[in-house]
Amino acid sequence: MQTAASRALATHRAGPSASRLEVRRVLRTLLPALSLILVLAAIAWLNPRVISYFGFTLMLNYAVPIALATIAQMFVMTGNDIDLSIGTYVGFVCCVAATYLHDAPLLGVAALAGCVAVYALIGALVQWRNLPSIVVTLGMSFVWQGLAVLLLPKPGGAAPGWLQAIMGFKPPYAPLPILAAILIAAIGHFGLMRTSYGAILRGTGGNATAIGRAGWSLLNAKMALFALAGLFGALAGLALVGITRSADANIGNGYTLLSIAGVILGGGEFVGGVVSPIGAVVGALTLTLASTQLLGFLRIPPDWQVAANGAILIIVLAARALIGLKGTER
Amino acid sequence: MAGGGAPLVDFTGVEKSYGAVRALDGVDFSLSQGECVGIVGHNGAGKSTLMHILVGGVAPDRGRIEIGGEEQRAYSATRAKSLGIRCVFQELSLCPNLTVAENARVFHPAIRGFNWRRRAGALILDKLDEIFPGHGVGAADLVQTLSIGRRQMVEIARAFTVSDSPARLVVLDEPTSSLDEHTTEQLLAYIRRSVGAGLGCTLISHILDEVLRTCDRIAVMRDGKVVVADEAGAFDRERLIGAMGGVEAHAAHEPTASRAGAASEAPIRVRIRPDRQADATELIAREGEIIGLAGLAGHGQTDALLAAFDAAGRRRAGAEVDAPVALIAGDRQSDGIFPQWSIAQNIGVRSFAAFRYGPLLSPRREAEFANGWRERIKIRTPDVAANILSLSGGNQQKALFARALGSDARIVLMDDPMRGVDYGTKLEVYDLVREEARGGRTFLWYTTETEELKNCDRIYVFRDGAIVAHLRRDELTEGRVIRSSFAGPR
Repeated sequence: MQTAASRALATHRAGPSASRLEVRRVLRTLLPALSLILVLAAIAWLNPRVISYFGFTLMLNYAVPIALATIAQMFVMTGNDIDLSIGTYVGFVCCVAATYLHDAPLLGVAALAGCVAVYALIGALVQWRNLPSIVVTLGMSFVWQGLAVLLLPKPGGAAPGWLQAIMGFKPPYAPLPILAAILIAAIGHFGLMRTSYGAILRGTGGNATAIGRAGWSLLNAKMALFALAGLFGALAGLALVGITRSADANIGNGYTLLSIAGVILGGGEFVGGVVSPIGAVVGALTLTLASTQLLGFLRIPPDWQVAANGAILIIVLAARALIGLKGTER
Repeated sequence: MAGGGAPLVDFTGVEKSYGAVRALDGVDFSLSQGECVGIVGHNGAGKSTLMHILVGGVAPDRGRIEIGGEEQRAYSATRAKSLGIRCVFQELSLCPNLTVAENARVFHPAIRGFNWRRRAGALILDKLDEIFPGHGVGAADLVQTLSIGRRQMVEIARAFTVSDSPARLVVLDEPTSSLDEHTTEQLLAYIRRSVGAGLGCTLISHILDEVLRTCDRIAVMRDGKVVVADEAGAFDRERLIGAMGGVEAHAAHEPTASRAGAASEAPIRVRIRPDRQADATELIAREGEIIGLAGLAGHGQTDALLAAFDAAGRRRAGAEVDAPVALIAGDRQSDGIFPQWSIAQNIGVRSFAAFRYGPLLSPRREAEFANGWRERIKIRTPDVAANILSLSGGNQQKALFARALGSDARIVLMDDPMRGVDYGTKLEVYDLVREEARGGRTFLWYTTETEELKNCDRIYVFRDGAIVAHLRRDELTEGRVIRSSFAGPR
């Protein structure tokens, strides 16, 4: 019976020398930023006019909900779990926002609070019964989808005016999506990387046994991670519906894959509690640009864009995995 | 100094069984403030179980636990922690993805709020400076980037740090296994200093010299009991080894050699040089030999078996194998059985080639094969088509033996396969192994039970990942194995 820690020990002993490890760590830290610069450079080369205040506002519009969904996914992945329901959950929140939150704000707020509570309960279930989160959240993804269809059988509804106003706000000097991304990254970094309980949460991903032995409740930690995912997922839904102004039950379906890819591209790992909120946000920005804008500028026909999206994800993650593997495996 | 302080721990008649195995058979153990008690014993003597009960991780079946003069009825890990009992476990309990300071914070819920990072870092670094001057660890270092020795230093230092709850007893289970000579000396000196200041300490180590020099009292465990407990000054190395091994009764069970004498001319089947072997010693196994791998658990025996297993498929540095290999796993639940499959499928999985019927497998031949082995080694089941989990543990293990022995493998590697197997089954399997060896099969047998080594033609004793002794069967005594397993001064 090998614990995660002793496995990590074994790989470390057999691993490359310290200085080479150091180089790889720096490379890995810089990879999200480098890939963002690369994608931006490609876009600038294809169409120089978009590098402007309005160009960025338009191009990165959808980066805000994607970044929020990526942060939500990151919290779940911190505890060595994965959330396959985040996409349909974002879609459900959009539907709630376009119906209840618009027509009966109090009921809408209560429904959203209930969503976060459901997420906490899913975390409790995963920890308490030791269920694989991949199965539970896959099931939940159909639950959210079904609820969304019940709520909004055909596309429609209207986002509350204040949401549209927030997402349409044009601050001076810097475009809103960039400011929002900096804010999201800062909140995520402070909350998970700098607070003392954040260290415990990350510790449950690194060596849960050790955290439990030190007297911490693993159940509480798991519930906190899932509740945070529910909270940020709800924010993602609100941001999305603020941009689209009306909702559709399938609006968030692509977010599951994008959020997982964003975390990984941002330097996170599927296991081991290795995550980076700043990296995740940068990863989300990169994927937004690569998967929507770049393809448009390359004049790829819309019929092929979904497939091209998938191909770009695979290429980017393969590059990331190549560096990651060398750093962690023997 | 011994017994001078107030009593800290007092166990009376503590018993613990795991299934049919009696891990602790009525242990009395006590420790006072300002006292360091060493615990020594061979594999399965009950040291770890005793320590896990002490730190609240395992509840005893029977017996009285007193801590600080009060009887503990609902004793748990949380209770132990609040009473000031700390433990450095053998397997590291640091989070590799956190920094040194963050790992200190995990241990101390009281460190929180503004500036927690600096306070946690200062706490652990001060203790590291105190125990291991010149340690070279930074508070912001990620644990996974530290060498294994430094990780162990952080782990040890953390157990001695004090924030809101006091430290009254620190249990150290093989604390020096990854430390070099210099840091070991630093640690032992620190243990003496803190024991002098009133701390209680329990030291488990396979390096007897450390125990003799550091402890006030030593308890020797054997077969789930404390057989001798005395002032450390009353012991020397020989007396400790004698107490661990006890008096031996050889004549009771004297199996015949599998192929006495002839072995030296038989062709060499396996040649292994452990990675951490400093000299030129090699493990050599010839055709028809039963080779025992002995020593304390986890000292490189399994690694040697896995090296042989790897070498059978492809070239591998440090190991040469020239015949097909089968491995019988020790941890049968995780590495051995396919829990969803039937008994017949579990036995036949290594021998699919024999059941091929065109591109398909013939279930009839598989069942015949399994039935043949059921008869031969007496697997107790009415139907080999039943699920493997319908068998008792011992019979599951027999099915795994049938899988290996029924295959084309000429070399069988056994990774302590008799764990949790009843005595009658063991005797049947011993006969089977000897019979197969006479038929020309080679066995490499890692076992933690000295009794089983008597079935082997030759025995290699492992310590710290290297071979430290090579015994012929006629040279084998429990004392010799224990003497080699426990290192002297280093």
